Amino acid sequence: MVESSSDQAPGAANHSKPAYADAVVGAEVISRDVTITRFDLIRYAGASGDFNVIHWNERIAKSVGLPDVIAHGMFTMAQAGRIVTDWLGDPGALKDLGVRFTRPVVVPDDERGAILHVAASVAEKLEKPMVRLDLTATCEGQGVLGRASAVVSLA
Amino acid sequence: MALNAEFVGRRYPASAPYQVGREKVREFATAIGDTNPVSHDVFAAQAMGYPDVVAPPTFAFVLTHSAMGQAMFDPDLGLDYSRVVHGEQRFAYDRPIVAGEELTVHAVIEGIRAVAGNDMLTLRAEVMDADGNRVVTAHSVIVARGTAEEG
Repeated sequence: MVESSSDQAPGAANHSKPAYADAVVGAEVISRDVTITRFDLIRYAGASGDFNVIHWNERIAKSVGLPDVIAHGMFTMAQAGRIVTDWLGDPGALKDLGVRFTRPVVVPDDERGAILHVAASVAEKLEKPMVRLDLTATCEGQGVLGRASAVVSLA
Repeated sequence: MALNAEFVGRRYPASAPYQVGREKVREFATAIGDTNPVSHDVFAAQAMGYPDVVAPPTFAFVLTHSAMGQAMFDPDLGLDYSRVVHGEQRFAYDRPIVAGEELTVHAVIEGIRAVAGNDMLTLRAEVMDADGNRVVTAHSVIVARGTAEEG
């Protein structure tokens, strides 16, 4: 998995939790481009136990009307969740995570794979220290998750 | 075939206990590209107040998906699995899942409805720890394409 990120310290747990006082409604807090290849899907199948053949077999995927092999919806959701926990530092500060799967992420069998763009922005400041984030996930310029949001507890 | 609406409210027996393995947590984190030390390094997790490495948020689905299978594969429900797609997923967390604990999943059919010719099945799965405290609640909407009866 190759990625580029707007976050200066992706995956770093040593940073302190973002402050509620610093959260500005409408402001993007983190975004990232994630390259997804067939290798990533096979590794995710093994790690998650979801071996549905449409996520690794092109012949079967096409036989059920898909354009090609598609990523697990839960893999895409995991990428949306990961930017949030990377921003928070402490995964325990994530209280709620929800998405709709609106469009499949098609992963061709080539070196390039698919490029998923995930981003999180402040949607609403709830009762202190809770904040609701809007999450977006796009592939080839089209949204693949709908009504995606997270509720987080800030400092 | 339409889904059997009498199944709304049906509860399934608790799943067999799931032992959260430290290497499984690391394997899952690696598979989603999560490099947060709290999911890999026991000392980093302990420094944050956790007894062991912390599973990434969507790891909960590994447990709830298999428990939901009890409902999805219940022959009397009438779900055609070949037409099934995952429509929605939500997790409400009481706390993160941590390596070394033993969890059980309690699945309930919350709702069955037909929308635009598709059957929509809403399932709730509660993940409980060995002390009987809830860890996370998963809400899943499963869509069976083109199976609802014409109204």
